[in-house]
Amino acid sequence: MNRLLVWYGELTTAPSLFLRGLLLVLPGMVWLLAFLVLPGLVLLPLSFAERGAFGEVVWTFSWENYRRLLGFGVLGYSPDNLLALLRTLWVALVTTLICLLLAYPIAFFIRSKPRAQRYLWLSLVLIPFWTNIVIRTYAWQLLLAPEMPFARLASALGLLEPGMALFPSTLAVYVGMVSAFLPFMVLPLYSSVERLDESLLEAVRDLYGGPWRVFLHGVLPQTLPGLTVGVILTFVPAMGMFVVPDLLGGAKHLLVGNLIQQAFYTMRDWPYGAALSLVLVLLTLLALRLYRRHGKEVELA
Amino acid sequence: MLFLKRIRRGGLGRRGGASGEGSLLRSDGAEGLWATSGGLGLQGITKRFGELEVLRGVSLEVHRGEFFTLLGPSGCGKTTLLRIVGGFEVPDAGRVVLGGRDLTHLPAHRRPVNTVFQNYALFPHLTVYENVAFGLRSRGFPEAEVRARVEYALGLLHLEGLLHRYPQQLSGGQKQRVALARALVNEPEVLLLDEPMSALDAKLRAEVQVELRNLQRRLGATFILVTHDQEEAMAVSDRIGVMEGGRILQVGTPEEVYERPRTRFVAEFLGVANLIPARRGKGGVETPWGTFALEVPWERGFLAMRPERVEVHLHAVPGSVPARVRQVIYRGAYLEAFLEPSLRVRTALRLSPDQEIFVRLPVKGLVVLHE
Repeated sequence: MNRLLVWYGELTTAPSLFLRGLLLVLPGMVWLLAFLVLPGLVLLPLSFAERGAFGEVVWTFSWENYRRLLGFGVLGYSPDNLLALLRTLWVALVTTLICLLLAYPIAFFIRSKPRAQRYLWLSLVLIPFWTNIVIRTYAWQLLLAPEMPFARLASALGLLEPGMALFPSTLAVYVGMVSAFLPFMVLPLYSSVERLDESLLEAVRDLYGGPWRVFLHGVLPQTLPGLTVGVILTFVPAMGMFVVPDLLGGAKHLLVGNLIQQAFYTMRDWPYGAALSLVLVLLTLLALRLYRRHGKEVELA
Repeated sequence: MLFLKRIRRGGLGRRGGASGEGSLLRSDGAEGLWATSGGLGLQGITKRFGELEVLRGVSLEVHRGEFFTLLGPSGCGKTTLLRIVGGFEVPDAGRVVLGGRDLTHLPAHRRPVNTVFQNYALFPHLTVYENVAFGLRSRGFPEAEVRARVEYALGLLHLEGLLHRYPQQLSGGQKQRVALARALVNEPEVLLLDEPMSALDAKLRAEVQVELRNLQRRLGATFILVTHDQEEAMAVSDRIGVMEGGRILQVGTPEEVYERPRTRFVAEFLGVANLIPARRGKGGVETPWGTFALEVPWERGFLAMRPERVEVHLHAVPGSVPARVRQVIYRGAYLEAFLEPSLRVRTALRLSPDQEIFVRLPVKGLVVLHE
């Protein structure tokens, strides 16, 4: 005999509740299994296969792709791939950090507006987001092109030779990356900032806390949920980004995303691309794991 | 070092009260860090929020070591006034002076004033110990001293066993005591309490009121409490300031404001009052209950009398007026009766509806209302 329980005013039993929950999550689970988990699993054996002479996949088992990835190529050792991995991690981290530093003031600015105006300001953050990332990146090329206002300003300040463009450059990559991901950071952060309990900020000030302590003990603990979502939504796609470094970065700014794209499209070496993809996934998961652990410490600190 | 010695001697300002100085902030033990006289003065405080004038030129003097209560209905401006003292609002006009020092434009984190917030505003990510230590750590006290002071404050409020709990693991009464400890540990010149008991149930509230009063006496600290509960105000305060519509109507001891209300609002807000219509006549003030020898500043106005001050007689006595009992409410310790003509009385007599009785209004119990 199953024990009866009340669930939202309804008399039911635990197994029937479980069954109903299962039915509800089933469509989503099937979708994820079919289009995310299974293709992901295919990457694993694929990464141990080899490229045939005509770009086809030869199903063998070899560590060759991973050796190449670490830099042991036909032409001897080169650290380029590892550097690209590190660069990817670095660029994604810096992008996330810049987004975070920009998103807090934006979120507080929107919160400071009358309720009726807030959606207007939020949609201003969102509007660029309605345009395809490739088009937006080309727009940045145009904006950073020679003789355009930004380039003129830079050359007037003596930072750039006249007639030169502001891209390809590190700066251009970050400009492109941040503008691509800022909405992903602002929206979840704003949802936390909007519900902020101001009496906690006042409590910090009441207890002799300056601006930094107000942020650390008043703002941060309350906005941590939104911040976590924002960091994940920014960091994970930033790790896989290839459009922005491709169009604004040039050869010096190759990220793993570019290497993967080249492997699949240019070199038609699917096994090698699969190995790169897996390493990227592992690296991303590792970074998130570190963040989560550190995040928990912040929560309890 | 001196702080520690004083803590061992048993006291967050144990020497308070009598000598009139009781703050550990006073590092030299005699002269204050901030000033000597220590009183809090509010001078012509005005505050508007857009169209709404919340405070209309409030002036007030709170003495050092005093338990002062701002009492008034919601929306009377009492919380705004408290927030101005705490540094969370800047007045449009007027000054906040503490011990001769102008605090009006000093930010909250630099004021020697601490607040117990209405919802306590405990930091949910910090333990009880860390919450209480917060203010001391903000000011960079050495950790050994933080520990000594926090432990003393926690002991004072019987929180020793809860050191490592998080706020969400505490009951309402415990949270309230942590909030109190967190503010008091800083030895504020003035402690502000913003309706700190509104979240407690009636029985606990009565206990906390006594505890709060004892604590304030023991520390000799200046407390300013905001409340809309007149019984609470009377139970804890040295003096009460009754507020309405952005003004302070009357300031006085609980007895003064209860027994001698100046205006109709004060009379009615603090307990039950009979309002007796009156007119200036030849032999004194004429009322339905007789003529009384009183000085009144108006031609027509109101006198007030507390129900318990009305004498109720079963037979006529000199100066008494006949009345009829309309309704009786049994209150346990006494009976409350509504009479005809309209009058509320409290009596130990067993009255019943429709009974004919006699009442006498002793002139000592009559209060002339100015507005």
